[in-house]
Amino acid sequence: MTAAAPRSPRCPGARGGLYARPVRTSAGVLPSEVEVLLDAALVAELTVVTAAGRPMTYPLIPLYDGRVIAMTSAVLFSRKLDHIRSNPRVSVALSDPVGIPAQPFARATVQGMARVGDEEDPHTAWERLLPLWRAKEPAIDKLVRQRFGLPLFFERVVIEITPIRVLYWPGGDTAAPPSVVELAGSR
Amino acid sequence: MARLAVEEAVRRSEAYPHAVLSWVGADGFPVSVAAPSRGDGTELRIGPLPPGTRPEAGQDVCVIFSHIRPRPGVGYDQRRYVNLWGPAAPAGDLVAVRAERASGWDEAETPFVEYAERNVPAGLAYLEQRGRRPRLPAFWRFFLATRLPFLTATLAPVALGGAIAAHDGRFAWGWWLLALLCAVCAHLGINIANDLADAAGSDAVNVTPTPFSGGSRVLQYGLVSRGRLLALCLAMFGVSIAVGLLLAATRSWALLLLGAVGVVLGAGYSVPPLKLVHRGLGEPVVAAGFGPLMTVGTYLAVTRDWSYPAFYGSLPVGILIALVLYVNQVPDRQADAAAGKRTLIVRWSRERVIGVYVGAVVVAFALVALGPLLGRAPAWTLVALPAVALARPVVRGMRESYDAPYGLLTAMAANIALHFATGLLLTAGWLLAIPF
Repeated sequence: MTAAAPRSPRCPGARGGLYARPVRTSAGVLPSEVEVLLDAALVAELTVVTAAGRPMTYPLIPLYDGRVIAMTSAVLFSRKLDHIRSNPRVSVALSDPVGIPAQPFARATVQGMARVGDEEDPHTAWERLLPLWRAKEPAIDKLVRQRFGLPLFFERVVIEITPIRVLYWPGGDTAAPPSVVELAGSR
Repeated sequence: MARLAVEEAVRRSEAYPHAVLSWVGADGFPVSVAAPSRGDGTELRIGPLPPGTRPEAGQDVCVIFSHIRPRPGVGYDQRRYVNLWGPAAPAGDLVAVRAERASGWDEAETPFVEYAERNVPAGLAYLEQRGRRPRLPAFWRFFLATRLPFLTATLAPVALGGAIAAHDGRFAWGWWLLALLCAVCAHLGINIANDLADAAGSDAVNVTPTPFSGGSRVLQYGLVSRGRLLALCLAMFGVSIAVGLLLAATRSWALLLLGAVGVVLGAGYSVPPLKLVHRGLGEPVVAAGFGPLMTVGTYLAVTRDWSYPAFYGSLPVGILIALVLYVNQVPDRQADAAAGKRTLIVRWSRERVIGVYVGAVVVAFALVALGPLLGRAPAWTLVALPAVALARPVVRGMRESYDAPYGLLTAMAANIALHFATGLLLTAGWLLAIPF
């Protein structure tokens, strides 16, 4: 895989397994092999760097709109936001063949710069991601309708990650060196 | 996430098919690589990994083991993960990590609702730092603050009082609706007063609230200020007292006596100095207030007379609503005990709690069955007897999920249905017995 890998317009999820549905209609900034994984992924591992310079990893649902990888964090679990604010360099690992029902399976790590949407209204800003979220977790609609039962869970902050580099392991075989794709124009 | 002992975390990691090893690369970006892992004591050995995708010797790494189960058409469940941190050391094509600390979460052990509840202070602090507050539309705040769905506790006895008056040929919509308004406002005021009284006590330390227990949470979630909640409470009691006085002045001064008893019981239930629920007297207070007091009071307001059948008919309704409180206190018992709220559930063993529940249900339905035999109720009220079947899932739920707050949800819902169905069927029985 190279940075010049073909990126034809696609209907995301067409190869993405049971979950992904065609909610993203534009060609993305990532290699198509990685986009297939992102479109199908129910979980990814977000690694941030603490103020002490140590890595800290959180499992989160990744939402990809073709431009950025978006994740949302309930204010209940906001420590990761503090880490990102102090150091925006993050990675998103796509590693789990169970949580990523994509065919063919592969593994990838996307490194990028994250931005925390602190200035946005946590009550409503994340709702723009609902179409992408719904495609992976249809039950979210029911939960949103019942948000009065757990109101702080639905005060959510959006994290947007602009990809800079991709490490890609075909077949998920990390015993072999990854293909490394530097994304042009992303720095 | 909760802290885990390192050995325990390493042991748990063995159940996962792979680890994700992360460290900070030379350019400052985290690098994450998935690989098989084996644990031994406090050490993990991760790999094989090729040169170039391994951390430097001594470098701090984070290792996560994560699992979810996809559920087509729904999303996923079985969420769990384990995190470990420590320095890395090369070991051939493996990376050895001597774990120094660990944390994790398994929703099978800590349900997500509890996990979220434990983090409410952090969430509120985040919002406060940014000058924000959690938001909900006014209706939902009112719905939560007053615990509106629990009005079934008031509707059943007031409906029964009205039905008995109708049976006696003395029903009047206007007076009945005023009695209902008086009772509804008193009930909502009591609910709010209970929240205010428990805010710094049992509700504050309760991390396993359910839709049926643990208070409304509007104060804990920062949805309503204490001042506004107090104002709403006073408004509810104010309307109730005003309507009660109107009824007393126009229908029967005896209502003043019932009202005074109601105010003492309602306020004394959770507010100092009585704090009756703290003394294990919550159930009899609720039985009296939402049984005879409301049914006889309604009958009195509508007809201007006392009624022994109304008193008798209200007894099973009162017992069953007391049992609603009783069962709903099961998931709260640890928080109640921590706050010095010595409810019957706190005082008694599981076996005794279940035994007393069964006994009370038997007494309630024996009263229903005996009503016609004793000449205190028409035979039609026997239509309420089949409702006793709703007690079975309650007993089963308590037997199976006594220590699992969220496992008790079905039992608590069935218990509320038991009370409401019995009350409505008794009401229907009295109405069906009206001679035409």
